[in-house]
Amino acid sequence: MTATLLVGLAVFGASAVEMVEALTIVLAAGLTRGWRSALEGSAVAVVVLAAVVAALGPALIHLVPIAVLRVVVGSLLLVLGLQWLRKAILRASGHKPKHDEDAIYQREVARLSGLPRPVTGRDATGFVIAFKGVLLEGTEVVMIVLTLGLSSGRLEVAALGAGAAVLVVGVVGTLVARQLSEVPENALKLGVGLMLVTFGTFWAGEGVGVGWPGADLFLLGLLALYGMAAWVLVRFLGRQQLSPEVAA
Amino acid sequence: MTAVRILSAFGRFWWDFIVGETPELAIGVALVVVAAWGLAAAKVPIGAALLPAALLLLLTASLWRGRRPR
Repeated sequence: MTATLLVGLAVFGASAVEMVEALTIVLAAGLTRGWRSALEGSAVAVVVLAAVVAALGPALIHLVPIAVLRVVVGSLLLVLGLQWLRKAILRASGHKPKHDEDAIYQREVARLSGLPRPVTGRDATGFVIAFKGVLLEGTEVVMIVLTLGLSSGRLEVAALGAGAAVLVVGVVGTLVARQLSEVPENALKLGVGLMLVTFGTFWAGEGVGVGWPGADLFLLGLLALYGMAAWVLVRFLGRQQLSPEVAA
Repeated sequence: MTAVRILSAFGRFWWDFIVGETPELAIGVALVVVAAWGLAAAKVPIGAALLPAALLLLLTASLWRGRRPR
């Protein structure tokens, strides 16, 4: 139960962060190149990503022994999770500028508006930009769905979490397109990073033969430990940061 | 020629995705997991605290490397 809930939450959070980034590109492509091409490009990318999950998921479960899968998947989750956590801590402590969706949006709009448009028919540029944006941001989501879903034996929960995030961010993001920058992206990134590192530690450990006290419940202990460490690191690095304009 | 280009782009994509600008994390995780596996194979009891402690050290080192210099 604990693991199922955490898997669903981790995938939902990770997918939401990536969806905000993809949506920025799709909105810029839609507004400058036309909605039809942008939406078609996005839809094709989502179908490709779903097909990858559907094809790879069951195949990996049947072909790879679970212990090996957990070590490989755990290690991959650890690398991805530590990368997310590192970035979020550096941003929260002022050592790295925050991700500015508004600036990215304005830059994309300016770039796409300058490109020539076809006289008739579909706009290939809009299609390709939206397709690439969704596919690239979605690849990370697919990795997380596959790794978390396969290791926990809850691929359907992971896929549902990702689907729910796509739906929620898609609808809310389209309604409040101008406020994308107000999504607390760094907090989401920090939370998801913590969960990915927690699961990565748990499964890599199980794969190599570590016995976790309390089985699945130990996930909560790991999450609390990493959360506390992240808080200490943000405070410590924040004090190292002296430049007031960066801290603001 | 096109196949080589596609393969090289594919390899570059995954390299950037997994290693990217933090090679110390990819190498560090691999070393930590392999060391844990080696200890388990040698029947050395691995305490539940060892793996998280090693990973926290790794994260701290990577953050120290990535911090903005004063």
